[in-house]
Amino acid sequence: MKFIQVFMTERAAVISQLQNEILFLEGFKPGKNTAMDLGLGPIIKSFPNASFPLGAVHEFLASGMEDSASASGFIAGLLEPLMRNGGTSLWISASRKLFPPALRSFGIQPDRFIFIDLQKEKHVTWAMEEALKCGALTAVVGELQEISFTASRRLQLAVEQSQVTGFILRNNPRNLQATACVARWKITSLLSEAADDLPGVGFPHWKVDLLKIKNGKPGSWEIRWEDGRFQPVYKITPHFDELRKQTG
Amino acid sequence: MEKRFVSIWFRHLTTDWFTKKQPVLRYAPFVLSAPLHGRMVINATNDIAEANGIERGMVLADARAIIPGLKVLEDMPGLAKKLLQRLAEWCIRFTPSVAIDPEDGLLLDATGCSHLWGGDASYLSAIAGKLNERGYDVCLSMADTPGVAWAVARFGNQEVIAPNHHIEALLSLPPDALRLESDTIERLHKLGLHRIGQLLTMPRASLKRRFGETFIRRLDLVLGDETETIETIHPAEPYQERLPCLEPIVTAIGIEMALERLLKSLCCRLQQEQKGLRLVTFKGYRVDGKVVQVGIGTNRPTHNVRHLFKLFEVKLQNLEPALGIELFVLEAQNVEDHYPLQEKLWEGSGGLEDERLSELLDRLASKIGVQATRYLPDEHYWPERSIRAASSLIESNTTEWNNDKQRPMQLLAIPESIEVTAPIPDYPPMLFQHKGKLHRIIKADGPERIEQEWWLQQGQHRDYYRVEDESGNRYWLFRLGHYDDKKFQWYIHGFFA
Repeated sequence: MKFIQVFMTERAAVISQLQNEILFLEGFKPGKNTAMDLGLGPIIKSFPNASFPLGAVHEFLASGMEDSASASGFIAGLLEPLMRNGGTSLWISASRKLFPPALRSFGIQPDRFIFIDLQKEKHVTWAMEEALKCGALTAVVGELQEISFTASRRLQLAVEQSQVTGFILRNNPRNLQATACVARWKITSLLSEAADDLPGVGFPHWKVDLLKIKNGKPGSWEIRWEDGRFQPVYKITPHFDELRKQTG
Repeated sequence: MEKRFVSIWFRHLTTDWFTKKQPVLRYAPFVLSAPLHGRMVINATNDIAEANGIERGMVLADARAIIPGLKVLEDMPGLAKKLLQRLAEWCIRFTPSVAIDPEDGLLLDATGCSHLWGGDASYLSAIAGKLNERGYDVCLSMADTPGVAWAVARFGNQEVIAPNHHIEALLSLPPDALRLESDTIERLHKLGLHRIGQLLTMPRASLKRRFGETFIRRLDLVLGDETETIETIHPAEPYQERLPCLEPIVTAIGIEMALERLLKSLCCRLQQEQKGLRLVTFKGYRVDGKVVQVGIGTNRPTHNVRHLFKLFEVKLQNLEPALGIELFVLEAQNVEDHYPLQEKLWEGSGGLEDERLSELLDRLASKIGVQATRYLPDEHYWPERSIRAASSLIESNTTEWNNDKQRPMQLLAIPESIEVTAPIPDYPPMLFQHKGKLHRIIKADGPERIEQEWWLQQGQHRDYYRVEDESGNRYWLFRLGHYDDKKFQWYIHGFFA
């Protein structure tokens, strides 16, 4: 029995090593601190190597102010564990509406964020590329409506050197062509659930759609921001793969 | 080091300038005149008029009697001052500290400068030559004290007074050379004291009793018993580097090389003194007498040559060399302490103190011209005023961030008015319409009343509600004014995550 157990664990180790090798061959370059669990719960299983891709550029889609508020909240939630040890992040935008004190409710000191408000969107792309090259930052958030494949490739190349994580917040994009970003997300608000049937508005509650992920499995989840961390809401939401199976 | 001063006396400052403007005037006697107490008085003469016995302060009618064909031009008030200022700035190529000597002279602190021109005599002839080229008739002299240089330039006949020989040079000069008031000079002449040498042998106490305190002070200044401080036009920056060029520089590459050399020597010095730059200006003195300059600022004291050069690189194209730049000066206006930080191996991403961050912000600022903003809490209730921009990267907050009140993720700069249906006074609305879309409110929190800060602004208070509509979007609405006032209005101000 014992021998079989040892054999099984060895086999698991070999399999995970082989998986890593396949990922490497597929062009996946793991970030520096790969063991970062951002408290995303079940979502983490969709990522390559089951760890949130840091040192990469993520793309968030939004349609309207409501969505971009939710996406900002989700990004703030992701950044909270990263900035806990005194990191600094940059928020680059040509039309910023973000109200810094709100970051406080996501556990981030608003004064650790540096805001760069520009006039033109093409400057945002340039400033973002410059910022992503700077290894002193934890993350760079850029509000961009449109981004070309070439521009996103440049951003991706910049982060591969510096291991900074980039977030592009695209509000009402006109053109949804492929980009070199590692993931494409969409965050929409859902009706909040008040604890113990208390009246009033509850904790922020979102539907998280991972539309695209390089070397991972896309999916859809419900998640809540509660007591300073993500709180996955378990509901049966079939994976895309399973849907495909059902329809044959 | 022995102090050395050069005094330049412009014998016909304003008339020389007029001659430069109108070369016809060169061969004719002419004067500048201005009305004084109801008559025309001569303010300045040219050399021909002076040779004919016309002096400053003479009434114009008398002068016309001496030379019938005298040309008279109207004097421009303040011209001499303006010319001296311009000449003083131009003279900066001979020494870094130049002072204006009011009326008609300049005073140069030439300590340690003349050896660059190969000695005192050739230094003076270089200055005189350049000024003569510009059309000015000058007398100058060099001595150990400003007083002696002034006296010898105006009343003596030798140019260079050797170090420690300034008292001998004074002996034969008239007392006018002591920069005294005219009635004192008159009194001295009346008493038969026609040379300074006669005064020096007299007991100080009796001189003081007869001519007063100022007289003794003047004497002390001239003799060097008391140091005279001169007020230079450009107070010498403690952190300044100069690069004179043999040939005027016109090319971009030449300017870049000059900048790099200056930056290297300045930063090397700053590094040794554990200082860093915050503000620095790069000036070019052009052949045509104009000064062109570009300046940069940094977010944090730095002495990194490569970084500073990058910041300047963007702006160098604004530096127009025209016919060429003769002298480059790099001046640090703002210098702060800069201690090298110990690198932390275990801290992957640095905080706000990281130098790479401030260098990034400098680059963004110089290329696009935007300043990065960091927000700190401010002691105000009004949401728009509850934050303020921090003055520097390392400024820490004086008050705590307010934790207990929920604030929206996105805040509209100007609240937008909305149409609502509210059933009961002081209740959140049931429905609201924003941008043509109807939102049915399911859940709501509030009101949170925020009063106007009457010491800043008058007006109605705001009652804020946090509401959630049927599709799960969360908004921040407020009612301006009381419900019963009939003059209230609803607004949308923000969006929650």
